Parts: sequence; structure tokens; C-alpha cells
Amino acid sequence: MIDWIQIISNAAQEIISPTTAAYALAALGLAIHFGFTGLLNFGQAGFMALGAYGFAIATLTFEWPVWAAILFGVVGSIVFALILGIPTLRLRADYLAIVTIAAAEIVRLLFTTNTFVEVTGSANGLQGYKGGFAALNPLLLFTDNESVLWGFGPWVYNPYDWWVRIFGWGLVAIAAFITWRLFKSPWGRVIKGIREDEDAVRALGKNVYFYKMQSLVIGGVFGALAGVIFILPRAVVPSNYQTSLTFFIYAILLLGGAATVFGPIIGSVIFWVLLSFFSGFIARAVEVGWLPFLTNVQAGQLRFILVGVAIMLIVIYRPQGIFGNKKELAFVK
Amino acid sequence: MSSSTGADSAPIKTVGLHVGDPAPGVKKVDPIIVADHIKRSFGGLTAVDVEHLEIPRGAITALIGPNGAGKTTLFNLLTGFDKPDTGEWTFDGQGISGIPAFKVARKGQVRTFQLTKALGLLTVLDNMKLGAKDQSGESLARALFPWFWRKQEAEIEARALDLLTRFKLVEKKDDYAAGLSGGQRKLLEMARALMSQPQLVMLDEPMAGVNPALTQSLLDHILNLKTEGMTVLFVEHDMHMVRHIADWVVVMAEGKVVAEGDPHEVMANPAVIDAYLGSHHDSDLGGLDTGVMTAIKELADDDADEIKH
Amino acid sequence: MAHVASRPLNRRAPRRLAAVLLAGLVSVLTLSIAAPAAANEVGLDEYDFKVSGLVELADEPLADVLLVIEGGGFRVEVESGQDGRWAVGVPERGDFTVTLDENTLPAGIAVIDENLEQPNVRTITVGQSGSAVANFFIGQGERNTTSLFDQVIERLFNGLNFGLLLALAAIGLSLVFGTTGLSNFAHAELVTFGGLMALLFGTTLGMPIWLAIPIALILSAGLGYVNDSALWKPLRRRGVGLIPMMIVSIGLSLAVRYIFQLFVGGDTQQLPGATDTTLSIGVFGLSWIDVGSMVVSVIVLLGVAYFLLRTRIGKATRAVSDNPSLAAASGIDVDRVIRIVWVMAGGLAGLSGILWAYFRPGVSWDMGFQILLLTFAAVTLGGLGTAFGALVGALIVGLFVELSTLIIPSDMKYVGALVILILVLLVRPQGILGRKERIG
Repeated sequence: MIDWIQIISNAAQEIISPTTAAYALAALGLAIHFGFTGLLNFGQAGFMALGAYGFAIATLTFEWPVWAAILFGVVGSIVFALILGIPTLRLRADYLAIVTIAAAEIVRLLFTTNTFVEVTGSANGLQGYKGGFAALNPLLLFTDNESVLWGFGPWVYNPYDWWVRIFGWGLVAIAAFITWRLFKSPWGRVIKGIREDEDAVRALGKNVYFYKMQSLVIGGVFGALAGVIFILPRAVVPSNYQTSLTFFIYAILLLGGAATVFGPIIGSVIFWVLLSFFSGFIARAVEVGWLPFLTNVQAGQLRFILVGVAIMLIVIYRPQGIFGNKKELAFVK
Repeated sequence: MSSSTGADSAPIKTVGLHVGDPAPGVKKVDPIIVADHIKRSFGGLTAVDVEHLEIPRGAITALIGPNGAGKTTLFNLLTGFDKPDTGEWTFDGQGISGIPAFKVARKGQVRTFQLTKALGLLTVLDNMKLGAKDQSGESLARALFPWFWRKQEAEIEARALDLLTRFKLVEKKDDYAAGLSGGQRKLLEMARALMSQPQLVMLDEPMAGVNPALTQSLLDHILNLKTEGMTVLFVEHDMHMVRHIADWVVVMAEGKVVAEGDPHEVMANPAVIDAYLGSHHDSDLGGLDTGVMTAIKELADDDADEIKH
Repeated sequence: MAHVASRPLNRRAPRRLAAVLLAGLVSVLTLSIAAPAAANEVGLDEYDFKVSGLVELADEPLADVLLVIEGGGFRVEVESGQDGRWAVGVPERGDFTVTLDENTLPAGIAVIDENLEQPNVRTITVGQSGSAVANFFIGQGERNTTSLFDQVIERLFNGLNFGLLLALAAIGLSLVFGTTGLSNFAHAELVTFGGLMALLFGTTLGMPIWLAIPIALILSAGLGYVNDSALWKPLRRRGVGLIPMMIVSIGLSLAVRYIFQLFVGGDTQQLPGATDTTLSIGVFGLSWIDVGSMVVSVIVLLGVAYFLLRTRIGKATRAVSDNPSLAAASGIDVDRVIRIVWVMAGGLAGLSGILWAYFRPGVSWDMGFQILLLTFAAVTLGGLGTAFGALVGALIVGLFVELSTLIIPSDMKYVGALVILILVLLVRPQGILGRKERIG
């Protein structure tokens, strides 16, 4: 019979999982780009890859301390944003879409190629960069035993796993606070004005190009930090940074509401809980023979189909997202 | 229809703006804009080819001409929204040719658009606040720390509310601009432009698509701008309005300035009639742009009114 | 399973076609039961450092090859997986030797490399990256015997061939963009669909290829029609904006792509004759299939050009691309034009998919997605919305991708094309053939 407790417990774990935090932060960055500024960034996967690889390479190759390694990834994403933004932010919105999606693929291919295998590990990626981060774990002040399990219910983890979660969600909280502050300020007003009509804002004496660049950089930095969180519970593998990663983040953003601060975060939680529940249920259902026409592998593919259909339905029937204000549904016209 | 100073008492016209005979490119006593050799072509078509043009300070100048005369293109060039092939111009004595639109606006020359650009998903009040100049909270570094800009924001809000009251939009201050009527959006756009305390206000067809009930109020607002010491340059099709409020008229046709002068004299100028009828001389008049026909008819009515008074 | 489905086929003749289709789907479904390839991994969780690699024979992954990894008193054995990959965890950084056990290679195959004394042994260093790679590409060393001139000519032909098939996909994408303003990310799935249908009728159902390809093309054109009538036309009616429509197309692309994978699985399958070495001409690495592919592309592209320039409906199409509201005002049935454009786009994309399946070679569930970005690059390079621009852009991308492999490693060949895209946008944002207008 199907073990419902197991499925629900697995789904519940996603609520605080570092992957959920990483996607939430990446989606928050995308909300700044797309929801608030109207920039069509389809290269968020590239920003995440730069954050992840920047951190891993700085740790492994340069042997830098954790803070410097994170900073390295962040600087990489800023440079990437400038390279993308300088040629395209003066052009029509769809050019940015094509350039960002292409640039993110370039980044992924450069990390995948065998040419730089010494530094990037090519298709196999990198691992062994977590030591410095694990050593900073403040929870080890309370225990010497690194494999002691803490927690309750489905949320029982060892000190490292708790540390990753605290760090990840801490970053998300800080980023959300910054975003909230920014969009309550006159700066955020200019940014939202640009989303509505950049010529009007230009006619009022604002340097639209410069504001768009700032927005691209901030959202990109959030993407890079999301990349760092993303690799703390796993290895860096280039195939994780395909275009579909960006599409998943868009799905989360649209689910929560594109022009909201908390929408992307709650969207990420809902997305991962539902996805885990759905995948778990289908996998068990296949095991017990409820779905004789499906194999386990095929069951794994159903999640992508589900995400695709969800994106379509949300955009068509509820473009403001679950938490967005119907009046302030944020779509670039 | 009259609400205040307008209709009954004719507005006070500013006179003595030019030096010498009124002709295309005539010198002005105190010009705010001086433009030379402005040329802009799209593909093979020359949209604007202006040899010399001066816009008088402290007056209301109308820029008129048939469709496709290059009025809006000239507007775009002067405000930095388009780049000319050749030409240079000064605003208030400073060369501003080729500088980007936002810098032009910062120098005190703001514009509105033919198709209203109210920022739909911002509130009316936010639209207004966006018009203010030098809000330090608009810099990213300070945006995070409200104590840097809170006081300034309060001043800006007070000014915005004051303007909204004058433009009768204050009850709508918390509504999204998208919910306003076409005329209200025009008013909002004009009010927003005033937030920056400009010297020169450039209005691109302020009357287009405005319902008649609001027309008078818009006219009064434009006249008020002059009273408050601003210069106005506007593009318009509505001849009635042009005659009523303009102190000076510049007529464009096929990219060139074909006539300039006092509204009444200009309207009588054969070159202007020619510009409006121009290429249509030989063809069937029935094919003429209806807007032009209305304009010409209004001209005639207007003159008739004038004689009666 | 197939014979179960074929039973009603004898009893009820009118249902024959449906049953054939069903049988096809069922057999395609059964193909997918082969589990997807996964790398064989040993001790990755146990140790922080990693040695991994890939075993290929003539560019195809080779499974079940035994490898021994030794160093610093540590020894581990691993077999390559279905995808030819393997990975092991190692306890520390340092030098390791990877020995490929030649007894586990297929009969008659050996690792040959004249530069190495022991070609089946690699020495690698796990350095600061914490991992190292030892790849065995068997049968690859023989390739570099062709002269540079021959290589250039070969790449040139390949690039032309690739560019032409890319043009077929790009023109459809460009026409749809021109007439409806939609940047259709699901265009990739139209391309894949062409390849899959050719596979279904040509290989799975065993029809002769001269019959299978036309059927695949008709179905592809039909899918283009369905795309418009079932999804995009209703969305236009609802007044959905262009950006939301673009995101809808992204969702559609994702869903359809994985539906394909659900049916055909993750592996690559060949169309009839795709890997037939007897079809080789023997010069410049060309085969008769390459020549045929180029000829077909050129003929079809000329046909499209004739359609756009000479026929009434083609002129109407260009008018709609220019200015839809003006075209509608002058009495052109815009909806009909868009419908025709979609049917054309579907058919052209389907053909492109079949030719792409011969070029790669192989049909796989994400084959269209693999060239989607290059297709977009071609359309953007040529100038968004201009059909002939898309053709020029596609040829440039095709030639560039193939010729660049003379200089840069072939696993980076798409990087070059995408970099060129960004550089061109920098100096000429309207594209090569695009009209200069005020942009942004």
C-alpha cells in the first residue's frame, strides 16, 4: 500500500529545504527584473551558475576563505550583468530575453567543456568545497558530534544540514527585507515607473538606462547568492544550470505573483511541496501498480509536464499569481 | 462651459515677441530655444528640415501643420528622444543638441506625449511624486535608509497634493492611474510635468482625445502656466484652441517651417492655406484629411465670431 | 504488445488507421521502457574527491567497460554506465592511474594511441578542483589524418547543410513572429515532432522512407494548424499580451518536450539509412544523404521565396508582417494569413527536424530544443520578423558553428555562434537585413 506518511513527510521537508530557499532567492531576483522593472531576464540560470562556480572555484583553486569565495561569485554575476546590460538595455525588451538566454547557455557550455577541466571539472562538476563553510557552523559550539540529529517531526537533521538551512533562509530573509525596503522607496517608484513606460520616466529626467542596469545587477546578485545556497547540499554539476532551471524559476515567480516581495518565497515553498508530493505519490503509485502504463522513469518526467502546464494555466487564467493584486498584475505590455 | 477666467474674458496675449518682420526663422527678442540646421530623415524621406527657429520665452507658442509635417519629430529631436542627422540647438543659452532625453528634462524642459503616458499601475500620487526633481531617495545607495529622504518626500507629497487639488484630481490620489479617464490622464500628465518646476513645458497634442467637458479646464491650465512664468510650446490640430491661447504660431509643412507669426496673421497667410491644402490643390478635395477640413472650417467660424464681437 | 493491439485491425477495417496509430504509439511506448542511462558510481558519498570519465567508441558511449583506479595505496574498480560515464570517490588529492581493462572491450577493439606507450592507462592528478577526469575516446585518434584543406571543405559543406536545415526552422519562427509578434519557444517541439513522426512511420512501423517523410510532413503541418487554432488564436482573442504569450509558449515547450520523452524515452534512435556507410560519396566526408538534404532544403527555400514574393497570399503575409492593422483595414483576412503561416511553419519545422535527424544523426526527444537557441540566433541575426533575414542568419550561424570547430574544441562550437549573436546585436541591433528603426 502507499505510505502516505512518508510522502507527506517528504513534502513537508521541502518547506525548509535549502533548495527551496535557493529557488526562492533566485525568484526574488527575477521578481526585481521582471515583476518590478519589466526586464525579460531569461538567463537567471547563468547568474546562479556563476555564483555556484565562483564559490566552488575560489574555494578549490584559489583556496580563498568562505566570505571571499562568495564575494567572488557575486562579483562574477555583477560583471555578467554589466556585459549583458550594456548592449541590450537600450534595445526593445525581447532583445534582452534572447541575449540573456544565449549568455546563460554560453556560461553553461564554458563550464561543461573539457577545455577548462582543471578548473571546472567539466561535465562532472566540482565537489569538496564545503569544508570551509562547514567549519563556520555555529551549531558546533553546542555539540562535538557532527552526526547528532536534532529536530522534530519530519525535520530531523544533523548540524551541517541545519546550518545550511539557517544560512540559506537567513539570506532569503535579508534579501526580502532589502527588496521590500527598496520598493517602498523613491528608487523603487522610478523602477516601477520604468516598467509601466520608460519614455515617460525618461521625460521626467530619470536616467532609465542606469536604473535598469542597477535592477539587473541587484537581481543578478540575488541569483548568484541563490547559486551558492543551491550547491551547499549537493555538488556543482553544469547540467543543473540548463535553460529549464530559469523556466522553473519563472513558474515559481508566476505562481507567487511577479510584482510582490513575498510571492516568490511562498511560490517557491508551494512549488517544491507540491512537486515533491506529486512526484512521491506517482512514484509510489507506480510501485504498487496503480499506474501500469508508467515506469518509474516516466513518472519522474511527469513533473516537468506538470510544471509546463502550470505555467501556461497561470499565465492565461491568473496572471497576477496567487498572492498578486489583480490590479497590479505585473506584465510588461 | 466656462469655469474660470477663460471663455468670457479673452486671455491676455503676449505681444512684441519678434524682431523685424514675421517670417520663417524670424529673430525673437528673448528666445528660450534657438535651433539651427536641424535635419532628420527616415530612409529617403526627410521628416524635418528646419533652417532656423527661435521659440520666444514667457509666451505660448503653437506648432501647427498638416499630418506628416514633422511636428512630433521636431518635438522628439528637441527633447532628446530622437537624434537628428545634422543640427544644433540651445536651450536657455546652453547647447543641448545630442544630449539624452533625461538630461534635457533635468535642464528644465519637460514634455508630454501625444498618446498619454500615465503610468497605469502606479497610483496617481506616485505618478506625481515621480515628476519631482532631485529626490535623493532615488539613488540606490540612499533608498535603503529612509531617514535620508523622508523629509524631502513629505515636501514633495505636499507639493503633489497641492497640484492635484488645482487639477481636480486630489480625490483620485490613491487610485491607479490606469483607472482614470482619457482626459484625466492628460491632466495628470501635465500636472506631473509641473512637479519638476520646468522653465519650458512642451505639450504634444494636449487636446487629442479629451472630452469637451475637460477641454476648458485644460485650456485654463495651459494659460496658467504662462501666468506662472513658464514658457509653453505645444503641437495642436485644434485651430480654435490655437487661436484662443497661442501668442505665437509656427507652421510646419513637409518638414520645413513655412510661416511664423501672430495667430491671426498667420491664419490669413496664403502660405499656410497652401500648406494645409498644398499637394491636394489639384486632387479631389473630398480626399482631404477630415481633420484638416474641420480645422479650416473652424478657422472660418472663428473669424466670423471675431467680427461679430 | 503490438499484436494485442493489432487484433481489432483484422475485425474492423474502418478502424484500421486508428489501430495502426495506436499500435505505433504502444510500440513507441514500449521502446521507452529501457531505463535511461546513468553513470556508474562508486564511493562518491564516502569520499570528498572524485575521479570520473567517459568511454566512447567512435563517438558512441560504451557501457560495461571495466576501469581500475589506483593511487596512494587506494584501489577501486568501476564499470562504465549506459552513457559511457563512470565516477569514483577517492579519499585524497594526488596522482592516480586509471587503467582500462581491454578484455572488457567489444571483440576486436583496442585502445590505440601512437603517442602513448600504454594507451589504455592514464595518469591523472586530483588537484585543487577536487576532481579529475580520464576519458577514453576509442577510435578517435585516426581522424586527424585528413589535410587542413579537406577539413575546411568538409566543415564548409557541413556548415552549409546545417545552415540550410536551420533556415527551414528559422523562417517558420520568423514568419510567426512577423505576423503575430509571438516569440514561440515551442517551435523547437515542432522540429522534434517532424523527426519523431519520421521515426514512427519509417522505423517503428517500417514504412518505406519515401512514404514516411511525406506523412510526417503532413502531420507536422497539421500540428502547426492545431497550434494556432487550439491555443494561439483563442489567446489572441482574449487579448493576451505578447510577453505573457511568450511565457505560455515556454510552458508549452516544457510540457510537450517531456511528453515526447514520456513516449520515446531518453535515448537516440536512427532513421532508416542515417548511419549507412555505403551511402558515403567518399569525398569531403559527404554522403548522398547530405547532398539530398541540401538539395531538398534549397528547393523548399526557393519555394518559400516564390510563395512570399509572387503569390497573392504570400504578399498578404508580408503585408501583415509589416503592419497588421493596416493590412486588416485594406481587406486582408489576417486570421487566414496567420493560419497559413502556422501551417507553413509547422511543415517547415517538421522538415527541418527530419533533416536535423539525419545530420546529427539520430532522433531524440529534445533534438529540437538543442537547436532552438541557434534558431533564435539566426532569426535575430537576420532581423526579427524578416523571412529572408532568417535565411541569411541561419546560413551564417550554420557555417560559423561548423567552421569554428577548426579552431575551438567542438564541445564549445555553439558558444561561438551565441557570442556572434551578442556581438552583432551590439553593433546592429536591427539585425543584418532588418529595417533601421527607432528601437528603445
